[in-house]
Amino acid sequence: MILTRKDQTKLQNPIEAANQEALSLMYNADPVLIDVAPASEVMPQLGEGMLLHAGPPVQWPDMCNPMQGAVVGALRYQGWAGTEDEAAALASSGSVSLHSAHGFSAVGPMTGIFSPSMPVFVVENRALGNRSYCTINEGLGKVMRFGANDDSVIERLGWIEKTLAPALREGVRRAGGIDLRPMMAQALAMGDEMHQRNVAATSLFFRAIAPHLVRGSSQQASLSEVTDFLVGNDQFFLNLAMAAGKSAMDAAASVQGSTLVTAMSRNGTNFGIKIGALGDRWFTAPSLMPEGLYFPGFSSDDANPDMGDSAILETLGLGAFAMASAPAVVGFVGAGTYRDAVNYTREMGEITMGNHPHLTIPNLDQQGVPSGIDLRKVVETGIAPAINTGIAHKEAGAGQVGAGIARAPLECFYQALEALVNDLDGQ
Amino acid sequence: MADKRDLLAASPKVINVGLEVFADTLHELGVPVVQVDWRPPAGGNRRLTELLSRLDRSGDSNSQGPN
Repeated sequence: MILTRKDQTKLQNPIEAANQEALSLMYNADPVLIDVAPASEVMPQLGEGMLLHAGPPVQWPDMCNPMQGAVVGALRYQGWAGTEDEAAALASSGSVSLHSAHGFSAVGPMTGIFSPSMPVFVVENRALGNRSYCTINEGLGKVMRFGANDDSVIERLGWIEKTLAPALREGVRRAGGIDLRPMMAQALAMGDEMHQRNVAATSLFFRAIAPHLVRGSSQQASLSEVTDFLVGNDQFFLNLAMAAGKSAMDAAASVQGSTLVTAMSRNGTNFGIKIGALGDRWFTAPSLMPEGLYFPGFSSDDANPDMGDSAILETLGLGAFAMASAPAVVGFVGAGTYRDAVNYTREMGEITMGNHPHLTIPNLDQQGVPSGIDLRKVVETGIAPAINTGIAHKEAGAGQVGAGIARAPLECFYQALEALVNDLDGQ
Repeated sequence: MADKRDLLAASPKVINVGLEVFADTLHELGVPVVQVDWRPPAGGNRRLTELLSRLDRSGDSNSQGPN
């Protein structure tokens, strides 16, 4: 590549140089699913008496109802409490240590709860060697990610731990790891945006792992249960895409001095962002309500504010940023027509630093998804990042009540800009 | 180049920048108008504009190497 004088001047600017380096690490991330293992085995810092949750840090009294419900469920699942009442008393006593999963290189959808016994996907970014983690998608119905915590939820988590995860572990290891980036690129071409639509990616994943699940399996008796679960859950790949996104964003976050948004996440109470130049500091504002379509019998009165670590996908350039690649999801999230979907992708291009070279949109002449949110561009344009999202009921355990589009609160970006300028002034 | 007198004699062709309400009115009157989605930087917020300028200046001053 020949650099013009203008390019050279730009790269001498330390912010621009840091942004280019961060962007390069993000675009060249090569996420590979290398293992499925109990969290305590691969995340040793997640110890006894500790739970991780989605979004920026939040303590029990400030948690929304679904998040509290999920904490109660996790305490029962771990066996640290017997009943719901005991679990709630334990959590409110402050003796359970609650942490943001992001600080552990981990991301979880909706409530995003991790406990030590839960199996997790282990994704390694082969370009840099960093690893990220995500729980296994529980499927539909009563699930902990929406705050459900009754016996059926605990039973399903037990099956995931004792049956599904060991089978997946054997399969992944026999496969020698499963490359996720080519799968994600192909899924985009097949109509997924990988946040609210993962049917293509899940199918591709099943195709990749199925032979390795079957050949030489030590658990032949349970294989039909495992395969039924995988083919019955269109969103199974969501958690893998999230771990892949986290591995790319953590790689980019290793560069100091950039104005790149390295994390966007929500805990159902607050929305938080991180910026490359500002390290692990969160900048938060109240989570906004998603706008979208509700399942029959539900309305916005039932909805919880925006929640979950899954906005890591938009941070990478998928989800709402890639809406133009997913005509089938447009109606599901209430985005209007396909033209509106293209406009979402184009609008997100106004606040990003570039287009992802490996994740491209066939419908837009193979242009890469808009990728790499620039703090400065968000503030300058006033365009808030859009996020495709499931909408949780505000009462724990009631589940998903719809799907829609949420916006990141601009206040987070204003705070981050203020902090960045203050830091630079202090140097 | 069109004669300046055409401006008054011919039908107007309008590009409206910013506030959409002006384009809406012209639409209602049947006047062809192209709307350009434009907003002042940082929504015109002086504090934010100043912060963005300081960030730009900071980058530029740090990029000045020895002559």
